[in-house]
Amino acid sequence: MEKRQYKLVTCTINGVERSAMVDVRASLADMLRNEYELTSVKKGCDVGECGACTVIIDGECYNSCIYLAIWAEGKNIRTAEGLVGPNGELSDIQQAFVDEAAIQCGFCSPGFIMTATEILEKDKIYTDEELRKLLSGHLCRCTGYENILTAVRKTMYKRQGLEAPDELPESAWALKGTDKPSAGRFENMDLTEG
Amino acid sequence: MYDIKAIYEAFSVEEAIRLLQEHPEAQILAGGSDVLVQIREGRRAGKEFVSIFRIDALRGVTMEEDGTIRIGSLTSFAHITADPIIQNHIPVLGEAVDQVGSPQIRAIGTIGGNTCNGVTSADSASTLHALDAVVELTGPEGVRYLPIEKFYLSAGKVDLKPAELQTAILIPKEAYENYNGFYIKYGMRNAMEIATTGCSVNVRLNDDKTVIEDIRIGYGVAGPVPLRARHAEAVGRGLTVSPESIRAISEAVSEDVRPRDSWRASKAFREHLCHVMCERAAEAAIRRAGGEL
Repeated sequence: MEKRQYKLVTCTINGVERSAMVDVRASLADMLRNEYELTSVKKGCDVGECGACTVIIDGECYNSCIYLAIWAEGKNIRTAEGLVGPNGELSDIQQAFVDEAAIQCGFCSPGFIMTATEILEKDKIYTDEELRKLLSGHLCRCTGYENILTAVRKTMYKRQGLEAPDELPESAWALKGTDKPSAGRFENMDLTEG
Repeated sequence: MYDIKAIYEAFSVEEAIRLLQEHPEAQILAGGSDVLVQIREGRRAGKEFVSIFRIDALRGVTMEEDGTIRIGSLTSFAHITADPIIQNHIPVLGEAVDQVGSPQIRAIGTIGGNTCNGVTSADSASTLHALDAVVELTGPEGVRYLPIEKFYLSAGKVDLKPAELQTAILIPKEAYENYNGFYIKYGMRNAMEIATTGCSVNVRLNDDKTVIEDIRIGYGVAGPVPLRARHAEAVGRGLTVSPESIRAISEAVSEDVRPRDSWRASKAFREHLCHVMCERAAEAAIRRAGGEL
């Protein structure tokens, strides 16, 4: 690039109006991390596949790595930092990720939590199948998907004032057309002996 | 930071045309879910771009006076699926684009970009073919209209003249009224997947739902560009609603499809898919239309 191109970008970030001169080549993820130190916005794949950089723009989740910073002009942007209370209190969905051990290495967590936030703000109950589809834009390389699903499901029920079903009922295995998977050769292993 | 030489932002169609005329080397950037990724890959690195992303006039679905459904080219997949006009009149299109990538990709990806990049695997393309869609192209000389089949020239190449951009996709009333459709995507995964093959079928039955008056079959990844199975459609027109008729139609697609081997799937497997998917999509479309099988 012979001459650098900059643009003034003014947008609302986590409820506060902010302005910065940004290089037009920057992605929104670049801007949020470098200008505003919002490092919950993780750079995983940088090509819109892993979902680690997910932020909410005007109520919808986007991968901020494939969204140009200049497109953010006038938008309302939310990141995981914006979910925390004034004294650092975790929001219900963040606490649910802790309680359900839905965090292993933690790299995918802020992205997952932003999508979960959008799901929860729809103010309705989804089936597990629907939740899986709604969460499908995120990769967890620790493969901790079940606990993430449980955290979202429990919070969703809680916000509706209902008790969440703890896990898939036994009959769900039958629904899938399979027997409950057996632990195979480990099934009868006695773990009490030294 | 993207490897971009320069970005020119347009806020109206007129401005986009002017910028494209001033910068003839510049490529059009819409939602960017393909183009930005290709910049990262190096395929489009170091180029100039005209960003049309913020032309809000190109967003939204409207019903025109004559019953034509107009979809602005920058309408995102998510907004198409959620739109009441789409849900009421052409739900098959909303369902098809709901199978693109992931929720975040469907929030940014546009139907205009999906068709203008000219790829055969686009989830919207086979359904738009089966819906007899018309593309609206606006350029320095004004507006012109093309049937979607004519818009695709060859793999990755569409009929966009210099400084021209696609401004809408139109579904004429006669193409959707009394038709019911169904789209099937075959892929290895349920999300973040490019179709191995896609098949979309639209049918119109007679009043007592016993005869297939009309059938339109669109395919993705059954050839270098999305295509219509014209031969099979001719076979199907006028047949009674029955499993045998559906089998006859799906067998006839052999005359129309010409898939190839790729790392995703073999030619033979895709040919098999073309038959089975046609059969299943036609069956589902007929059931939706009120036919009994």
